[in-house]
Parts: sequence; C-alpha cells; structure tokens
Amino acid sequence: MAEGISTLDDSTFDETVGSADSPVLVDFWAEWCGPCKMIAPILEEIAAEQDNIRIAKVNVDESPDLAMRYQVMSIPTLIMFRDGEPAKRLVGAKPKSALLVEIGEFL
Amino acid sequence: MTSADSALDGAVAIRDVIIIGSGPAGLTAAIYTARARLAPLVIEGEPSSTSDQPGGQLMLTTDVENYPGFPDGVMGPELMMSFRAQAERFGAEFRTAKATKVDFSEQPFAVWIGDGCYLGRTVIVSTGAQSLLLGLPNEGRLIGHGVSTCATCDGFFFRGQEIAVVGGGDSALEEALFLTRFASKVYLVHRRDQLRASKIMQDRAFANDRIEFLWNRRVQEIRGDERLEGLTLEDTQTGEHSSLDVTGLFVAIGHRPNTELFADWLDRKPNGYLVTEPGTARTNIAGVFACGDVQDDYYRQAVTAAGSGCQAAIDAERWLEALGH
Repeated sequence: MAEGISTLDDSTFDETVGSADSPVLVDFWAEWCGPCKMIAPILEEIAAEQDNIRIAKVNVDESPDLAMRYQVMSIPTLIMFRDGEPAKRLVGAKPKSALLVEIGEFL
Repeated sequence: MTSADSALDGAVAIRDVIIIGSGPAGLTAAIYTARARLAPLVIEGEPSSTSDQPGGQLMLTTDVENYPGFPDGVMGPELMMSFRAQAERFGAEFRTAKATKVDFSEQPFAVWIGDGCYLGRTVIVSTGAQSLLLGLPNEGRLIGHGVSTCATCDGFFFRGQEIAVVGGGDSALEEALFLTRFASKVYLVHRRDQLRASKIMQDRAFANDRIEFLWNRRVQEIRGDERLEGLTLEDTQTGEHSSLDVTGLFVAIGHRPNTELFADWLDRKPNGYLVTEPGTARTNIAGVFACGDVQDDYYRQAVTAAGSGCQAAIDAERWLEALGH
C-alpha cells in the first residue's frame, strides 16, 4: 500500500529513516521557498503511486540541525536514504518526469 | 508540419487561445480570456529552481512591496498562486510542462509539448525572462554547494557566513538586503563605480552596515571542489587580482528573455526581446500576441506585466471577434 508523506523532525528522523525497510526519499523544504511549494504536489503524487519507496519531509526552519547534518545548502534538496544512509541527492526543483528518472533505480 | 497535419487528422480540438508562460502577464491574460469564455489553455512551464518556472520570477522572491492592493506587502509565491487560482476559477486549463516547439506559419497555430500538439486560433506569448549566470567554469557544478540561483531559497543556509552578491541593479540590491538577514557580511561586487538600482534601494543598501561595496570589480574565477571556497576578483581599472573568501555566491547581473522558441517566427530586437506594436500586444504575426517581460526590456515590473497581459487578452478577443469566432 502506498502511503502519504510523513513529517520528520530531530526527534523522529533517525528512528524512522534508520528502521525503514524501504528507501526513504526525504524532502528538505521550507514555507518561504517557492520552488519547494511547486514540487510538493508532485511528491504527493509520487507517494501515492510508488509502493517501493517512502517519502518524508523535513522543515529546515524547524529542524536546522538535520539540514546541517546532511549539508543542505539549497532547497528543495531531496535525499534518498537506503538503510539509513544517504544514497542519492537531488538539488533544486524538477518536473515529475525528471524526478522519476533520477530516482528510478530505487522504485 | 507533418505532425501538425496528423494532429489535425486526429481531430485535435482547435482552441481559441493558447497562452505560453504563467507569470503575471500570462495569468492575467488567462483570467481575462477565461472570463471572456475563451477557455484558454495555459502551458505554464515546469518546476525548476531558476526564474524559468511556473509563476515566473516572483516565485523566487519574498516580500513584494509594490504590487497595488497589498498595503502590507505580499509574498511573491503567494501572489502568483492567487493569480493562478483566479484564472482556474474562470475555467483556464493548465499544462505543467514546457512548450518545446511552435509553428506559426498558418492557422491554426501549433504548439508542442514534447510529442503532444495543441492547436490555437490565437497564441499569447508570455514566457518572461530568466536570470543570467556569469558563465564561468565551476559555476554550474557548484550550484547548491555555495553558488545559488535563488537567494530566498538558499539565504537561510548562510547564517553567520560571509557571502558575495554580483550585480548593480535593483535585483542585486534586493538580494543583498535580503541576505543580510542571515549573512554576517554581504560583499556587493559591481563592475562599475555606480549602481543602476533605484534611489530607494541604493539608500537602503548604503545604510546597511552589513553590506560592503566592492566597486570596479568583476568575478574572474569561482574556486572550490566540493563547495564554494572563494572568488578571484579582477579590478576593472587596474587589472589587479584579489581573492575574496566567501562561502556563498549570488548572481544578479540581469536577465535574458525566453524567446529562442520563437526565433523562426517572431521579430526580435537585437537584445532578444520580442517586438510588439507600440501600445498593443500585437507581434509581426496576426493572431500571435506577446506580453510581460518577454517583450519589455524597460519597465519589467509585475504590475506592468499584468497590465500587458490584460492588453494581450483583449487584443486576442477582438481579433477572434473580427474573424467571427
């Protein structure tokens, strides 16, 4: 079953991403970022369509330490975590077709 | 031509209005043509982190203080989402994709998105302009690693750091002032000894003690492997080189119009902007109209873009009426 997008913060990130049995695509975003808003509905669609990955969001305003830990310097940044480790990083907003190609190996 | 013909054979509906672009100009044209029951199709572009994206350049801004009707200012992305919702309310249809090819040789005009072809009796071109980059080696590779195309997206990550903004116009000063919220110091690198920016922006920038102006300097080299480590500057008067250790680089040196798609069909000025008949949105092709920054290298404001979008919509509507549609 495909799931919706969960919200992670400093207290839930490690446990959720570390214990996930499928890859987790984490969207680092903020309220004030136009391109982040633009890709939000695309991520909703991917979350609904793809069963083999999970999608989660980290608000960099609320969790600046997580952004710093993963050296996020630009948003949106999408990081695909496998077995709790970053496996792929995508910087900047992209159309859905391009995103699906980039994360194709995980689907 | 063959694909346009086959699209016709495939009984593709001919639309009254196709709008290419979705900034203030395109969306205003969409609101007006939708209310005139012309059921416009808006090809709005695709998401990116540059100004070339649905909603246009305002998607990369924060506070818009000069759009009438918002005494307390409004956030750029919020303003554009309101424009879009208003157009949708009256029946505008949207495709979140980029137009890849056009054929304006005959009626109906053809606009492609990849393999898909749309046909329109009129086309309104509102593809806007996008920010220029410096075009130096390392620049593209370090985007997202210190080099930024979006101050509002990335300024946050330079808290307490020293950064550089390149440029001398209003957008450079707006970015510099915005970035002082985060950065401990903002160097404004400008190749001349005075600014093009408006008086009010200059006053604000000069009064801000976190901004230091480096006059008569151009960026000669962008240094860094994994992330931006510094810049090499050249003095435009003496040719002397100097090093500037900054962790962030924001480029605001101007814009170029998004007109390549139309090069075979529409008249352009030497600087690439589309030519419109003064006081109208008409281009050299009857039935094709242009509005907003794609044809405006002078005012370049959200409100003038919106105004010209209204003109394009009314021009298109009257042109269709004259044809008997």
